[in-house]
Amino acid sequence: MGEEEPEIEGRRIAAEARDRVRFEEEALALADQVYRVARRLVGTREEAEDLVQDTYGRAFRSWRSYTPGTNLRAWLLRILTNLNLDRGRKVQRTPDLLPIEEGDYYLANKMAESQGEQVLDQDRVVEKLSQDSIVTALSSLPHDFRDTVVLVDIGEFSYADAAQILDIPIGTVMSRLHRGRRLLKQQLAEETIA
Amino acid sequence: MSHGPCDACEELLQGYLDRELTDSEVGQAESHLDACDYCRRRYRFEDDLRTYVRTTAAERMPSGLMDKLTQLRSADA
Repeated sequence: MGEEEPEIEGRRIAAEARDRVRFEEEALALADQVYRVARRLVGTREEAEDLVQDTYGRAFRSWRSYTPGTNLRAWLLRILTNLNLDRGRKVQRTPDLLPIEEGDYYLANKMAESQGEQVLDQDRVVEKLSQDSIVTALSSLPHDFRDTVVLVDIGEFSYADAAQILDIPIGTVMSRLHRGRRLLKQQLAEETIA
Repeated sequence: MSHGPCDACEELLQGYLDRELTDSEVGQAESHLDACDYCRRRYRFEDDLRTYVRTTAAERMPSGLMDKLTQLRSADA
């Protein structure tokens, strides 16, 4: 037994403590961004708060499994989406009967039809849509589509990050995103223009 | 109302907006946009819509939450 061993051990513990503090600080700095995504994945503010708290509880316990230098926000969101599934979110199959799917331009075309093509040249024409209608339309999407749309369009994750977070192939991300956005625009068109 | 020749571009534009296209697809999308008013208007609309959805759907974290999260830290002790 060398006399230096306790000292080496002491230094190792101190280094680990520093890594841990750094991890916790970096994670906390992302809390607002994590919450924004969480808020649109669940129905209420309270659920979103609980989900974020559970996520941070788990993240702080399992911080050693995070690889420094990788995308921490994606790592946190992966915990969060898994917890959200575990919490008994009803595994909802995509309904067999989705509305007939319209194209990507559906909402723009509806606006152009009702107000003339030149309406699209106006600045901020999208602001004709109310905030409520957007929140409602998002929350009405089938879960699988909503998770993907929220991660990419609200969380600004890449397709690859979203695929990793949700543990699905990138092609599935693309098709869910594609269909989810179309459904979203359809819903917005019905709510706002009908 | 059909815009047959623009169908392919309609699909391409989503990837273009997501910055997930290959270089050659980006070139294809951009040269189409240069030439087609119809798609350019809709491209702008889609671009604005994304920004608008992101900002209107964003809700700031409730004020007390940060304290609760900080209390979950173990390193403070």
